[in-house]
Amino acid sequence: MSVVIEQPNQPRSRKGAQWEKRAWIFMRVSGLLLIFLILGHLMVNLVLPERGVKSIDFAFVAGKWASPFWQVYDGIMLWLALIHGTNGMRTLVNDYSEREWVRKTLNVSLWVVAIALIILGTLVITTFDPCIDPDVETYLPNVCKP
Amino acid sequence: MAKRPAGTLYRGKIGMWSWVLHRITGVGIYFFLLVHILDTALVRVSPEAYNSVMHVYKTPIVGVAEIGLVGAILFHGFNGIRVVLIDYWRKGSKYQNQMFWVVLAIFVILMAAWIPRQLMHTFGE
Repeated sequence: MSVVIEQPNQPRSRKGAQWEKRAWIFMRVSGLLLIFLILGHLMVNLVLPERGVKSIDFAFVAGKWASPFWQVYDGIMLWLALIHGTNGMRTLVNDYSEREWVRKTLNVSLWVVAIALIILGTLVITTFDPCIDPDVETYLPNVCKP
Repeated sequence: MAKRPAGTLYRGKIGMWSWVLHRITGVGIYFFLLVHILDTALVRVSPEAYNSVMHVYKTPIVGVAEIGLVGAILFHGFNGIRVVLIDYWRKGSKYQNQMFWVVLAIFVILMAAWIPRQLMHTFGE
């Protein structure tokens, strides 16, 4: 087992350095946006509803996603949070993994998970039907009621 | 006493421990995010499936754990602003200690407002 340490006076390739710089800037820009998005998310879902977390059920989500505003809001939050989180985890993996194959495997897994969940989440938000079950009265948000 | 050398922001004391805490809270939030996307995706399976999983969030144990989650998010978010200021504000690294105490003050105030409300919702009607 040997650890290969980069030579300090041997810079990354120009392309690699550009990519890392963009990732660094992305963490700061997305981080600032996520503060507003997530604090808003917590306020609307956990703090403001009269019964707090107990207000959340299918009808609650359907009521929100019947509006394009919350679809876009949650969609942006999904993409930014996952990419921000995945890139943060990549930083930790690069810092702490000692074997090159472990590092590569973990990083590939991180991006596979991120891409799968971004596709899944985006499909869920865009193909969601708030009035899915017209027979079951209690699941319906107000927007579906005749 | 030797003059404090340059470049000690992340070496020891507040600069280092806030960085450690930023990493730990970040990892915690990341894994919750994965779970949260999957549980929300259940709305696309069926209302019953979603509601039965949401029931777990309303149990006392998860209700109390959620205080920790929100705490991690608040610390990570406001310390993140401190990191951005250290990187971009000319005097950022000079005032990084003071900024940490501001982060902690905001954290304590918001948690003091949030904890009773969450406990009320979790253990109340």
